[in-house]
Amino acid sequence: MRRIISVLLENEAGALSRVAGLFSARGYNIESLTVAPTDDPSLSRMTIVTRGTDNVIEQITKQLNKLVDVVKLIDLTEGQHIERELMLVKVVASGGEQREEVKRLVDIFRGRIIDVTDSTYTLEMTGNGDKVDAFLQSLAQVEVIEVVRSGVSGIGRGKRALSV
Amino acid sequence: MQLTGADIAIRCLQDEGIDFIFGYPGGAALHIYDALYKQDKVKHILVRHEQGATHAADGYARATGKPGVVLVTSGPGVTNTVTGIATAYMDSIPMVVLTAQVPSHLIGDDAFQEVDTVGITRPCVKHNFLVSDVTKLAETMKKAFYIASSGRPGPVVVDIPKDITAQVAEYHYPELVDMRSYQPRTRGHTRQISRGLDLLLGAKRPIIYTGGGVILGNAEAPLRKLVDMLNYPSTSTLMGLGAIPASNPNFLGMLGMHGTYESNMAMHDCDVMFAVGARFDDRVTGELSRFAPNARIIQIDIDPSSIGKNVSVEVPIVGDCDMVLSQMLEQLQGRLNEIDRSAIDQWWEQVNSWKSIDSLAYKTNDDSIVPQLVVERILEITEGEAYVTSDVGQHQMWAAQYYTFEKPRRWINSGGLGTMGFGLPAALGVQLAFPEETVICITGDASIQMCIQELSTCLQYGLPVKIINLNNQYMGMVRQWQEFFYDRRYSHSYMDALPDFVKLTESYGHVGMRVDKPKDLNETLEEAFALKDRLVFVDVITDPMVNVYPMIAAGKGHHEMELAPGQEEVQERELA
Ligand SMILES: Cc1ncc(C[n+]2csc(CCOP(=O)(O)OP(=O)(O)O)c2C)c(N)n1
Repeated sequence: MRRIISVLLENEAGALSRVAGLFSARGYNIESLTVAPTDDPSLSRMTIVTRGTDNVIEQITKQLNKLVDVVKLIDLTEGQHIERELMLVKVVASGGEQREEVKRLVDIFRGRIIDVTDSTYTLEMTGNGDKVDAFLQSLAQVEVIEVVRSGVSGIGRGKRALSV
Repeated sequence: MQLTGADIAIRCLQDEGIDFIFGYPGGAALHIYDALYKQDKVKHILVRHEQGATHAADGYARATGKPGVVLVTSGPGVTNTVTGIATAYMDSIPMVVLTAQVPSHLIGDDAFQEVDTVGITRPCVKHNFLVSDVTKLAETMKKAFYIASSGRPGPVVVDIPKDITAQVAEYHYPELVDMRSYQPRTRGHTRQISRGLDLLLGAKRPIIYTGGGVILGNAEAPLRKLVDMLNYPSTSTLMGLGAIPASNPNFLGMLGMHGTYESNMAMHDCDVMFAVGARFDDRVTGELSRFAPNARIIQIDIDPSSIGKNVSVEVPIVGDCDMVLSQMLEQLQGRLNEIDRSAIDQWWEQVNSWKSIDSLAYKTNDDSIVPQLVVERILEITEGEAYVTSDVGQHQMWAAQYYTFEKPRRWINSGGLGTMGFGLPAALGVQLAFPEETVICITGDASIQMCIQELSTCLQYGLPVKIINLNNQYMGMVRQWQEFFYDRRYSHSYMDALPDFVKLTESYGHVGMRVDKPKDLNETLEEAFALKDRLVFVDVITDPMVNVYPMIAAGKGHHEMELAPGQEEVQERELA
């Protein structure tokens, strides 16, 4: 099962490598991992997307909790949550027809064109993993030069929050 | 008070009440060594190899329960400690390792004797720190000791760049540290405890299975009480020996790969298993798919990640073994009448029939010394009161099987990592902690050579360790596996060109003895143990082909133990 685990950890040198090292040492899978400081500069927030059986996920959360730098974590997928990923895509857009087609797709998916040259468009798309995937698939007929995905960030719905 | 970083590091050790530090100097550590020189509260023990320092600190910690402390220089000093740190990590031993680092401005430049200490040690420490500010040094040291000794203990590395040890700061050693990200839970959840008791008291075929967590958590008193009140069969892992006295009638001996037949059979057939500070290691469980098929499991562990890791647990109780067992005892008194005594009596009958096979029986002869006998003789001579360290191999299993421990912290071995070379330096650390006690290192001809240089340290500090070398001229445990599973192709398990251990010992300034005839064994051992204030190395030439029995082979379950040749018939007769 795909899980999104949100982790608050001390914003210390090496904290990221402890998490990354834990996953590789124990053979856990990481689909994506994002990390950045929070409004409290002493804390970083990390979002890890992983897959595993319930047992594996239980071990992952326990092992993460065991890391001395980890303050708190939740498995967002255990409850209502919102996930977002940002994707930047550079595509070939030279002829008028091609440019129209890309623009239409971007509109359908409510993305944006954020950079334009006479032969390329750079597109921005935000959404959950499925939407971002679907948008990428819709570009099948277009020549894609470059894809940059931020990895997933997530937050609980309603009052559900991860804070100290 | 303004002090240099080096002085601060040493003052922290003093204020932490550390009496010994095991170390080896070098360039980046010289300021710290200078600070050591100027004081005499913390005694520095100069080892001969940094691996020895870690094992000695580890042995000290296992025997005393206090954290062991190590000091080494950067680069190779650090890499030499990795085996010892990993050994301590696998067995959850409290240890603080101070590593010197190249000056801050050189970090990352491939400077002379630079290694990424924090990176190299990260997977085998409980936590590590790189000190980047001298004003944080004392607090970091406090955190290191706190983390190493609390919760599930483990080694903590503090990496201190040389420039930090020269800079000056106000010294203040905090009495306590509070870390929002590290708050080990000690008390068990009351409801879980009653649920655990429900299961335990309703059992018809219970087994109490205890491990190293009982020793680490100093939980032997409530455990013994509980075992006696329940009168349930009990077994222990290699790491937990001594928590329940071997002579306790409820104790079935060690379990696992080379455990007793009755322990393993009782584990296999139990309906309720009560695991206390034990982590279901693969050497204990055998093949997981065959493990205790009918057991409903209650598990106490201070580390939540040890619960439900390999085996699913019905009643998990997170907490300190001592605390949780004491909480259980409070409730137990009033509930003893819930036990189905007739079912338990029947279960004991079954267990006793397994016991009657005597799976540790062995044969002696007049021509060659059998190793099991050596351990039994040592047990008699020392009246079971010695501290026994071991290395890794057959001798380790024989020591565990035949030296019956009555007290915790007397049996000191590398269970988790299985580190050859551990025994002698560990014994050194134990002997320093307990100068008046008998400390024995039971070792093998291969293992002893891995840290033999520490004989020199023993001479320097007058440590009268007794080394019993069960010399079978093989890497016996490897040879045994090759005999069983590789059709006797003894690939590189023969120890050709062994040194003359007696001369070797003598050249290190100690007493060496050799014995190869069964008739001389007693006398030699008695002579060795009578030399109270000398280190004696007894090279016992043993029958080379003896195997460790009983045994659970890879892929087999507890009920599929292999008994010593000849014992199968006894088994059939007894169980008919
Ligand atoms: C550092 C290290 N290297 C290799 C091994 C693998 N190993 C386990 S037991 C053993 C043989 C030990 O031989 P010896 O010390 O003579 O003891 P014996 O089994 O003969 O009693 C070996 C090589 C190990 N445990 N540790």
